[in-house]
Amino acid sequence: MESTGSTTGAISGAEIVIRCLHEEKVKFVFGYPGGAVLHIYDALFKQNKFKHILVRHEQAAVHAADAYARATGDVGVALVTSGPGATNAVTGIATAYMDSIPIVVISGQVPSYAIGEDAFQEVDMVGITRPCVKHNFLVKDVKDIASTIKKAFYIAASGRPGPVVVDIPKDITAHLANFEYPNSVEMRSYNPVAKGHSGQIKKALKLLLEAKRPMIYSGGGTVLGDASAHLIKLAHKLGYPVTNTLMGLGGFPATDKQFVGMLGMHGTYEANMAMQDCDVLLAVGARFDDRVIGNPTHFLSQKRTIIHIDVDPSSISKRVKVDVPIVGQVQSVLGEMNELLDAETKKPDAAALKAWWATIDGWRGKDSLAYDRSSSIIKPQFVIEKLYEVTKGNAYVTSDVGQHQMWAAQYYKFDKPRRWINSGGLGTMGVGLPYAMGCQLADPKAQVACVTGEGSIQMNIQELSTCKQFHLPIKVIMLNNRYLGMVRQWQEFFYENRYAESYMDSLPDFVKLAESYGHVGMQITKPGDVESALKEAFAMKDRFVFMDFITDQKENVFPMVPNGKGISEMIMGDDPKSKTAERPELA
Amino acid sequence: MKHIISLLMENEAGALSRVAGLFSARGYNIESLTVAPTEDATLSRMTIVTSGSDEVIEQIVKQLNKLVDVVKMLDLNDGRFIERELMLVKVKATGAYREEMKRMADVFRGRIIDVADGSYTVELTGSGAKLDAFLEALDNSAIMETVRTGASGIGRGDRILKV
Ligand SMILES: Cc1ncc(C[n+]2csc(CCOP(=O)(O)OP(=O)(O)O)c2C)c(N)n1
Repeated sequence: MESTGSTTGAISGAEIVIRCLHEEKVKFVFGYPGGAVLHIYDALFKQNKFKHILVRHEQAAVHAADAYARATGDVGVALVTSGPGATNAVTGIATAYMDSIPIVVISGQVPSYAIGEDAFQEVDMVGITRPCVKHNFLVKDVKDIASTIKKAFYIAASGRPGPVVVDIPKDITAHLANFEYPNSVEMRSYNPVAKGHSGQIKKALKLLLEAKRPMIYSGGGTVLGDASAHLIKLAHKLGYPVTNTLMGLGGFPATDKQFVGMLGMHGTYEANMAMQDCDVLLAVGARFDDRVIGNPTHFLSQKRTIIHIDVDPSSISKRVKVDVPIVGQVQSVLGEMNELLDAETKKPDAAALKAWWATIDGWRGKDSLAYDRSSSIIKPQFVIEKLYEVTKGNAYVTSDVGQHQMWAAQYYKFDKPRRWINSGGLGTMGVGLPYAMGCQLADPKAQVACVTGEGSIQMNIQELSTCKQFHLPIKVIMLNNRYLGMVRQWQEFFYENRYAESYMDSLPDFVKLAESYGHVGMQITKPGDVESALKEAFAMKDRFVFMDFITDQKENVFPMVPNGKGISEMIMGDDPKSKTAERPELA
Repeated sequence: MKHIISLLMENEAGALSRVAGLFSARGYNIESLTVAPTEDATLSRMTIVTSGSDEVIEQIVKQLNKLVDVVKMLDLNDGRFIERELMLVKVKATGAYREEMKRMADVFRGRIIDVADGSYTVELTGSGAKLDAFLEALDNSAIMETVRTGASGIGRGDRILKV
């Protein structure tokens, strides 16, 4: 193997770790020190090529590294100690795994001679993380550190991306070896596909051009695979409707007239109806998961031809059998499709398309995202709409998990990929604030908004301190409904309003809390103040502002596809069942 | 349907648990799993006997292929193959059983490899189905102990799984 970076004299394993990170051009390492990584921290102390961001909990380190990767496309890096440091990182790793985010997590381990002896702060990190990583390694020899870290970055970023854990025993970081960083990686067992099968691509295009009721369904793979421009080109040339999944928002611009909104459990009426009724479906970097197509039997009760482009063969025909599978990088496959289309003389069926759009416009007329704009209580949807206006659609919006997440997804019109940062697959409450940290560090001048709930924010509230230390001018947009709102919504629909443990009691005074961390705190109680408060907050370009919006406690997210139902079986906001008047008073 | 999947993996620590973990995490059936190094010390060869619908088998194959340590694999049922399993059965060999057990072992081309006062140990090799048939042919109360290796499989003729 050729190598780039190298030393002539022997250096410690810890120094090798740092040199590897330099070779990978890492800009930030999110971490937290402890016994097993002290050699690494000592080596880190002596360098200034990357910045170490000291979080206040290892979970946040991994989330922040994950958000950095989502925002930039580069591999995010976290560094944690053995035992509790490692287990604290697991939620972050599983979150990144479910959304296919490229991160490398370096964890300390007890000295190799103590492994298996229940040593202080020993945990089988490779064992614990095995089901939630793309791959993991235990380094057993100082000579293997460089090649292992090289592989870790390569595996994390290539193919279908994902988290890779490198577990390094403390004694290995003290041993000496020459440093030699490989230039490239050759692995006989791992060769991710790049190009799609040309025959399949031709076949797909032919089917697309024959469609009467076509639909394009784009997911997180379009964003992660940097295929947005290719998708836009293809969609514009064909003139077909496009929907994005929760993970795919921004992959196709929300303000484009061909965009029919997000689909799925809380998708728009038109997106879900078109998904159900189309005759040819092009799925791009999406995986037909349960929150997207609901009940697969119901979905398949309508006959349609499905073309599925994905880099991961195991995503194809997993929940829904497809007709034309295309395994390959979405960017390359869409690029090839566009080239074929440029040379193609056959045009889409204009008359059929016109009729299809008329049907879709009819569905659009239902205005499924309508809400009461004359309310005297702040409506959560209104806050997001104003956030969109005040930030001119340019902000990075991170969110936690719950109703606020769905409102952010529905009402903030994402026109660019990598701007909407949320935990779609694992649905991890507590990601919002550390995600905002990762975005703000990735793009220091950008506006970063963390849309959260009073439940979620408390799951990583300690990071207010990190934000102070690193001067991160994030704006927290907390939609405070004094409930675990999404839980309360399900209890209303499926448990006859028995609100078991979904009330958030004994909330802190968030304004004072923010202030005590050295930030600006604001509480907003009237709809008329929403816009001016947002403007004021975003005008404070160098301050972290925590905005506590006291919102309508009773508001629910619509449309809603109940669990196990088909996607066209939506409960709408104007259904009698959703009327707030029929519900008991909330606490 | 029953499938026999052969795979070659990097002979790394934890390789077996990656495969076993995949089966349990995704709820796939696993009837038997055997693993041993090959003539190339960097590779382990694994034989997995599993069952499921065509869709499930397709997913199993894809998920196994996705494991970073898996170098190559083959669903033996996609072509012609040979399956062999070794079984040791300790049977009662008292009274009338003493003659009958010897006869049964002969019929199934088994070998008696240990003789004791009250028991024989029979060694039998064959497909899983043949071993099952032997056990069924025996009087259940005569069986004292059985141990099976799980199946190994290899393609016929020029169907070769090699790096
Ligand atoms: C770590 C974690 N625990 C529990 C849940 C289940 N859960 C999903 S949404 C939700 C309520 C979130 O409440 P809040 O953050 O206040 O947001 P709201 O729904 O009120 O907007 C809960 C408890 C989860 N997703 N993540």
